Amino acid sequence: MSRVRVLVGTRKGAFILSADGKRQEWKIDGPHFGGWEIYHVKGSPADPNRLYASQSSGWFGQLIQRSDDGGASWAPMGNKFLYEGAVGTHQWYDGTPHPWEFKRVWHLEPSLTDPDTVYAGVEDAAIFRSCDGGQNWNELTGLRGHGTGSQWMPGAGGMGLHTILLDPQDPRRIFVAISAAGAFRTDDGGVTWKPINRGLKSEHMPDPTAEVGHCVHRIAMHASRPNTLFMQKHWDVMRSDDAGDSWHEVSGNLPTDFGFPIDVHAHEPETVYVVPIKSDGEHYPPEGKLRVYRSRTGGNEWEALTNGLPQSDCYVNVLREAMAVDSLDSCGIYFGTTGGQVYASSDGGDHWEAIARDLPAVVSVEVQTLA
Amino acid sequence: MIRIVLPAHLRLLAKVSGEVLLEVEGAATQRSVLDALEARYPMLSGTTRDHVTKVRRPFIRFFVCGEDWSNEAADRALPEAVANGSEPFLLVGAISGG
Repeated sequence: MSRVRVLVGTRKGAFILSADGKRQEWKIDGPHFGGWEIYHVKGSPADPNRLYASQSSGWFGQLIQRSDDGGASWAPMGNKFLYEGAVGTHQWYDGTPHPWEFKRVWHLEPSLTDPDTVYAGVEDAAIFRSCDGGQNWNELTGLRGHGTGSQWMPGAGGMGLHTILLDPQDPRRIFVAISAAGAFRTDDGGVTWKPINRGLKSEHMPDPTAEVGHCVHRIAMHASRPNTLFMQKHWDVMRSDDAGDSWHEVSGNLPTDFGFPIDVHAHEPETVYVVPIKSDGEHYPPEGKLRVYRSRTGGNEWEALTNGLPQSDCYVNVLREAMAVDSLDSCGIYFGTTGGQVYASSDGGDHWEAIARDLPAVVSVEVQTLA
Repeated sequence: MIRIVLPAHLRLLAKVSGEVLLEVEGAATQRSVLDALEARYPMLSGTTRDHVTKVRRPFIRFFVCGEDWSNEAADRALPEAVANGSEPFLLVGAISGG
């Protein structure tokens, strides 16, 4: 029988939640790396027992941990993230040039085919790759060096490269997103990159349609349609049908189009999930009601999913990395909150239950569907 | 033999309990002690000082014989009491962050 393993990164450690395919009884294992911030934990699609975790601390810096047994044991890997060549500058908050400084790894994206190859999205924004299971890391310099890097500016939470999407149909194509620079794509395996932000509008910018400077919060893709991308921007939910070359808004009837995560149903490429948040100054659900919104039309028409979610006095946030889907026949949807709850739905969002209630603030959620 | 006291998080990371005992080549200085520590426990590289510049991380402090040596030159000889192991070299996570 199939099983699922939910990998949860929190402000104070990692937790592994597991259940059989019914997804009714959950076992919580953890904390792993108790007391450390775990920005992300993700498993290799090529070897589900191979997990990578980003472990960091304001005191002790960045570590990368690897498990080869599904999270039962871990070993520290290499943590040398050195920008290559001339470090260069990006814009600081006051508009002055500021040298790139490594702070942490926000996102780890294992290769779809090789367990030893893994990408890391870091703050200050850059992408690194390891081809030896996380022991050594090299920057893919074409991203910072493609020409607009000096114009990038940190978002309020830092200038993190938080999204890495690998195209399952074209191993040379990778999408990334950076706060607050925008989305970028390579078509040659990471050698050269270009901004893909045409159609985005950000009213806070002097030029709302500039090539870079947009605060992209998250991008999602369905594996069967890698040219179709869904984006939760700072404000606006967006869609592209040409691999990011152009975007159009699909916020439709959402109560607010601010939010952080976005994801796509495992079997329905036009079914999309977001969690509307009241505003950029009020990071909690509108009206104190925690609602996931689902569109079955690829955007524009959204329905509130509330069954099993708190519908009064709820003021948690759901961060960009904290939503994921499993690939069982009845698609499971999972998300974690800053209040330490992990909610799961085993029927595509119709019904929800808390599978963990009192964890530290949840930063990231990933799901593995295991045979 | 140099005695080093690590903060709890780093003891856990290095899988050690209690004090760490290290032989240090040449004069005992902050640099030589940390070089020896990282050579024995490579997973600690980058956790107390920058990989390249070797500058102390902001919230790491070095205490020696009741004194704060955090801002002392990395190559200044540590007191004889540390060099001969009668006093430990304390590596401390600063109390900060609220």
